[in-house]
Amino acid sequence: MPPETNIMTLEKCPTGIRGLDDITSGGLPRGRTTLVCGGTGCGKTLLALEFIVRGIREFDEPGVFMSFEETTEELASNVASLGFDLEELIHGGKLAMDYVHVERSEIEETGEYDLEGLFVRLDSMIVETGAKRVGIDSLEALFAGLPNEAILRAELRRLFRWLKDRGVTTVITGEQGKNELTRYGLEEYVSDCVIFLNHRVVNRVGTRLLRIVKYRGSSHGTNEYPTMIDEHGLSVLPISSLGFDYPVSTERVSTGIDRLDAMLGGKGYYSGSSVLVSGTAGTGKSSLAAAFADAACRRGERCLYVAFEEAPAQICRNMASVGFDLDQWTGKGLLRFHAVRSTLCGLEQHLGSMIKLAREFRPAVVVIDPVTNLSAVGSAEETKAMLTQVVDFCKNQSITTLFTSLTEGGGPQEQTDPGVSSLMDTWVLLRNTETPSGERNRLLFVLKSRGMAHSSQVREFMLSDKGVQLTDVYIGAGTVLTGSARLIQEAQDEAVAEARHRDATRRQRDLEQEKAQVQARIGALQHKAALLAEDLDSLTGDERSRLETATRNRADLASARQVD
Amino acid sequence: MTTKRAQTALEALEAASRDIGGQIYTLRLYVAGLTTRSQEAIRTVTTICEEHLAGRYSLEVIDIYQHPVLAKGEQIIAAPTLIKKLPLPLRKIIGNMADKDKVLVGLDLRSK
Repeated sequence: MPPETNIMTLEKCPTGIRGLDDITSGGLPRGRTTLVCGGTGCGKTLLALEFIVRGIREFDEPGVFMSFEETTEELASNVASLGFDLEELIHGGKLAMDYVHVERSEIEETGEYDLEGLFVRLDSMIVETGAKRVGIDSLEALFAGLPNEAILRAELRRLFRWLKDRGVTTVITGEQGKNELTRYGLEEYVSDCVIFLNHRVVNRVGTRLLRIVKYRGSSHGTNEYPTMIDEHGLSVLPISSLGFDYPVSTERVSTGIDRLDAMLGGKGYYSGSSVLVSGTAGTGKSSLAAAFADAACRRGERCLYVAFEEAPAQICRNMASVGFDLDQWTGKGLLRFHAVRSTLCGLEQHLGSMIKLAREFRPAVVVIDPVTNLSAVGSAEETKAMLTQVVDFCKNQSITTLFTSLTEGGGPQEQTDPGVSSLMDTWVLLRNTETPSGERNRLLFVLKSRGMAHSSQVREFMLSDKGVQLTDVYIGAGTVLTGSARLIQEAQDEAVAEARHRDATRRQRDLEQEKAQVQARIGALQHKAALLAEDLDSLTGDERSRLETATRNRADLASARQVD
Repeated sequence: MTTKRAQTALEALEAASRDIGGQIYTLRLYVAGLTTRSQEAIRTVTTICEEHLAGRYSLEVIDIYQHPVLAKGEQIIAAPTLIKKLPLPLRKIIGNMADKDKVLVGLDLRSK
């Protein structure tokens, strides 16, 4: 947090617990006491202990942890699996832990007393480590151990004031009460910040939830936030706080199928958009998803494949049969499968683990196959809410998401089970058609695609060992034909065309022949004309020579007669 | 042989209970500074020891402010706290020891 210039602003003490600092806008109130309450097994102790450990490790603020329920050794072994080495922190002088054991049967009360013993123990630890943070888990053991509640309550009030005076940021835990937040009303001593943890079981699936009941002097999220405990400790998922202010891209990503790219304005899906592929069983939804994943990996991008139905090995084997070698991408670390049964955990946990994985793996593309299985663990509204969060998260991270959705046969095809279609930017519908010749063919429509000119035509979707192919369906004479019917029709068309072609050729040949004949005749006549002209020429020559001879002869005769 | 050992154990227990009047008491009184409350407690405990345990007790008064480590080791929560370390069972009596009878009961010097 940047240093605040406004002195009225409450200083925050970051917990380091993922998500919690987001919903508290920076952490717990510094120098104050925060009460963490909730039922058994909801993670109160973990939250308090994580606050201390992360304080040391991430913010270099030494801490003190006082436990009334578990010994230091027990706590150390409990959190060892989370990577917290308490022993090491204790040896490093940054952490001090004390197990306070109150045994009712050993204690006899006579007269007045105070809890100075507790104060001294806390104080010596705070001084020893220079602690800035204190965790106390849980003071309620005192109520069981000490019968005089009047003294106890007065002392608790004194304790909280004392902690405040010491300037340490404190987290105390309290067991959930029947009508109150805590069994012994600890909330009345803590006025600054109260966090409520809950562990709810719906449909035999448990979900952890966290809510900020109050936070004096600070804005905070008011929702119940899904919370997870995993190998990294506690994490709160403040995803519902995400807004619409995500970046929007005009870049396109290939669908993995050239013809489908062509149908989507020639370039494919928008990068960072949400895509829904819906269809009845066996229409090829997973293949379309695999094509998309394969194309992403081919571009060198990472893809997270969340599978609710099949094991990764099975997906790889099946997709190899349609020409997608997904194994190579998992080998190269570009493709990661997250395969779980949807009924394994609640929606929030699914959401949480997906988001956690997405944060770690940083994929460009996420495939969820199929989302419809999630309705097994939540109502339609809950599933929709969860998917909204997935979509929002992915859009915020500019991740292109492809969801497949199984449509039950018989129902309206253009309806998705969790009603998620409105969340989707592009909706590709796959459909089976049964032809009169007794076969089922797959059809593909682009039902909608926001922000791009897309084909309104249906395509036949074919799966073969060469991959996924789209072909034009036969459209003509008022019918749409697919599959073998299309092939037959196409063959018939071809035969007709062939015949026409043959006809034309023959006719052409005839005409050519006729033309040749005419030309031959023309040649003969011309030849004849030439002969005639020759004859004519020779005829005229003869006549002239005859005339000359005659004239000469006459002259000769005259001279002979001595004509005067 | 088993019965013989059991018998020995039983005999030992009986002998111990006979000896209870002569047992050595190890007591520790933890106080937080020399407040009126601490002084009251010290006075009462000393009186009881002198009256009931003359010559067979050891009483140590410890200020937890001076010895916070002991407060941790002895699981001290309240002050004043009187701990009966011996004879067993261990018992803690907390308060300014205002009720002498309760202290006596707590030290097993008087039955309830």
